[in-house]
Amino acid sequence: MNVVLAKTDTGRAVSTSFALARERLPGSGKVAEQRQQAFEAFERAGLPHRRIEDWKYTDLRVLMREVLPLAAAPDTAALSRAEAALKLHAIEGTRRLVLVDGVFAAKLSDLGKGEKGLSVRTLREVLEAGDGELLASDNSNPMIALNTAMATDGVVIEIANGTVLEQPLHVVHVASTGTPAAMYTRSLLRLGRDASATLVESFVATEGAKAYQTYDSLIVSLGDNARLDHLRLVEDGLEAFNIASAAVTLGAHAQLNTFGMVSGASVSRYQPTIIFAGEGARVDTNGVNLIKGRQHADTTLFMDHAVPHCASREVFRAVIDDRAHSVFQGRIVVRPDAQKTDAKMMTRALLLSDEAEADNKPELEIFADDVTCGHGATTGALDESLLFYLRARGLPEKEAQALLIQAFVGEAIESIANDSLREHVIAAAQRWLEARA
Amino acid sequence: MALLEVKDLQVRVEDREILHGLSLTVNPGEVHAIMGPNGSGKSTLSHVIAGKPGYEVTGGQILFRGEDLLEMAPDERAAKGVFLAFQYPVEIPGVATMNFLRTALNAQRKARGESEYSTPDFLKKVREVSKSLNIPQDMLKRGVNVGFSGGEKKRNEILQMALFEPSLCILDEMDSGLDIDALRIAADGVNALRSPERAMVVITHYQRLLNYIVPDYVHVMAKGSVVKTGGKELALQLEESGYAQFEDA
Ligand SMILES: Nc1ncnc2c1ncn2[C@@H]1O[C@H](COP(=O)(O)OP(=O)(O)O)[C@@H](O)[C@H]1O
Ligand SMILES: [Mg+2]
Repeated sequence: MNVVLAKTDTGRAVSTSFALARERLPGSGKVAEQRQQAFEAFERAGLPHRRIEDWKYTDLRVLMREVLPLAAAPDTAALSRAEAALKLHAIEGTRRLVLVDGVFAAKLSDLGKGEKGLSVRTLREVLEAGDGELLASDNSNPMIALNTAMATDGVVIEIANGTVLEQPLHVVHVASTGTPAAMYTRSLLRLGRDASATLVESFVATEGAKAYQTYDSLIVSLGDNARLDHLRLVEDGLEAFNIASAAVTLGAHAQLNTFGMVSGASVSRYQPTIIFAGEGARVDTNGVNLIKGRQHADTTLFMDHAVPHCASREVFRAVIDDRAHSVFQGRIVVRPDAQKTDAKMMTRALLLSDEAEADNKPELEIFADDVTCGHGATTGALDESLLFYLRARGLPEKEAQALLIQAFVGEAIESIANDSLREHVIAAAQRWLEARA
Repeated sequence: MALLEVKDLQVRVEDREILHGLSLTVNPGEVHAIMGPNGSGKSTLSHVIAGKPGYEVTGGQILFRGEDLLEMAPDERAAKGVFLAFQYPVEIPGVATMNFLRTALNAQRKARGESEYSTPDFLKKVREVSKSLNIPQDMLKRGVNVGFSGGEKKRNEILQMALFEPSLCILDEMDSGLDIDALRIAADGVNALRSPERAMVVITHYQRLLNYIVPDYVHVMAKGSVVKTGGKELALQLEESGYAQFEDA
C-alpha cells in the first residue's frame, strides 16, 4: 500500500492551528497520543474532495477550502449572546445542555435535580481524568480524524439500566463567535439495558456568528431492549459549515427512532453509521432537508445489518429551492449472517426551481439470502395538476405550494413520536415555508 | 349585467385549435346546460374559465361581471366567485380535507377583504353541509380525495361549492360514474344552491342529469363551438336523435 506522507495544503494550514490549539485541548498522555495520531491521519488526507467516492457530491476543498482556527473559549459577552439565542430555540419541557463555541456552558444548562439513573459529565472532565475511550476514532474518515484531534468538549450522558427518562434531553450547540472560527465537540449517549430516553440536538447561532465551522461527533450505544428517540435540528447560520458524524450501536431488541431536519448552514454533511449488534433491533430514520439559496446539505448514512432479525427504515425528503443542492447517500449492508433482515429506504426530492439539484445514491449490498430489502428514489417538481386544483379553490401560488410541500415532508415528520417535539418541528418547517412566501 | 360573457373564444392546446369562436352569456339566477359528444371541448371551456395553465387563448374574451377574467390568476377568479367542479378531481395525499377546506375558504375570504371564519362557525357549517350530502365526518380527516370512490369525489366537489358559495358554478360531468342514488344526492345538493344571484353551468354528456337539475337553457356543443341553443326540451330531443347530426355537419 502506498502511504502518502506529503502534507496537503489544507493539512499544513491546519497543523499550525493544531499546534496553537494543543494546550487548550483536554487530556494528556494516551489521550494526547490519540489526538496526535488522528491529527496526522487528517494531515495526510487533507480535506476530502470529489475524487474520493464517498465525497463525490460534497467536495470540501471546493465548498469549504480551509479549516478555520479553533474558536476562543466563550467570554461573558459570548455567553450572554448565547443566552439570547437559546430563548429563540428553547423547547419547553426539556433538560437543556448547552455547548457554546464548543465549550460546555454550565451556567446555561439545566444541571439541577437530575432524574434518577441519569448521569451527565463533560467530555473535558472525562478526558482530563485520562479516559480516552471516547477518542477512539475511525481515522480513515479525515473529518472524523479531525474531530478526534480537536474535540474540545461535549456531553457524556449515561442512563442506567432500566431507567425510563421522562424529560427529553436537549443538547444545544450555540455558535457565538464573532470571528470566523471552528468548534469541535464530541458527545456520548449510553443507554443501559431496558432504558429509554429522548435526545434532541440543535445547532444554532447567535446573531453575530456568521462564517463559523462546527464539527461534531456523537456516539450512541443502546443496550438490549433500550429505546432512543432522537431529533437532530441543523439551524445554523446560513454562512456556517456543519460537519458531523454519529456512530450508533444497537443491542438486541433495541429501538432507535431518529429524525433529522436541515434548514440551516451553508454547507452541511452528516454521516451517521448505525450498527446492529444484537438481534431483533429496529431503526427508523427519517430526514427532511429544507434548503434554499446556495445551501448544500449532505446526509451520508451507513446502515450495517451485522446480525439477523433486524429491521431498518429510511424515509428521506428533500425540498430544494433556488440553487441549493441536496445529497443523500444511503448505504445498507446486510452481512452474510444477517438473515431475516428487513431493510427499506425511500428517498424523494422536490425541486422548487430549475437550478435546484438533488443527488440520491442508494446502495444495497446484500450478502444474506433470506432478507426483504428495497429502496426507491424519486426526484421531481410539484405536481402542476395538484397546484392548479388548490389555486382554483382560492389558494394563492405560494400558499398552494406551501400546502403541498408540507404534505411532502409530512410523512417524515409524522415519525416523531413525542407530540410537542413533532409540533416544534412542524412549526419550524412552517416558518421556513412562510419565509419563502 | 351578465354574470359571464364568453365572446368568440378561440383556444389552442399544443398548436391545435380546440375552441373555434365560442360564445355564451349567462345571467345571475340562470341554469345553463352544455351538452355535447366526447371531445367537443366542454372540459376545455371549463378549464379556460377557471384559469388552468396550458391553454392558449388566441382570440375572443371572457368577462365576469364585466371584468376581464383572462387577466386574473386562478385564485383571484375563485375569490371573485368562479367555481369549477372538476370532471376528474385530483387526489392530494398528505393534505387533510378539513385543513384544505379551511385554508381555501379563508384564502378566498382574505382576498375579498372579509374576516376569517371562526373555527366553531366553520366546523358547524362543514358539518351541516356534509350531512346533507351524506359525507361521513371521517372522510374529512383523510387526504383530499385520497381513497375516495368516484361518487365521494364528486360529492366532495359539491361540498366545496356549498362552502365557498360561489356566484358561478360550473359542473363538469358531475354525473359521470354516479349511480342513480348518488346522482340524486348530488343533484339535491346542487339544487339547494340555486338562487337568484347564482348561476350554474351544467356540463353533461347525458340528458339524465337534467331530469334532476332542470336547466333554463340547453346548448349543444360540437367540434369546439356552440351549434345550437334551446330550452330544456332540447335535451330530450337530443336523447332521441343523438349528436351525430351535429358531428357530421
Ligand atoms: N392537454 C391537452 N393536450 C392535447 N389535446 C387536448 C388536451 N386537452 C384536451 N385536448 C383535446 O381537445 C379536445 C377537447 O377535449 P375536452 O375539452 O376534454 O372535450 P370534452 O370535455 O367535451 O370531452 C379533444 O380532442 C382532446 O383530445
Ligand atoms: Mg370533459
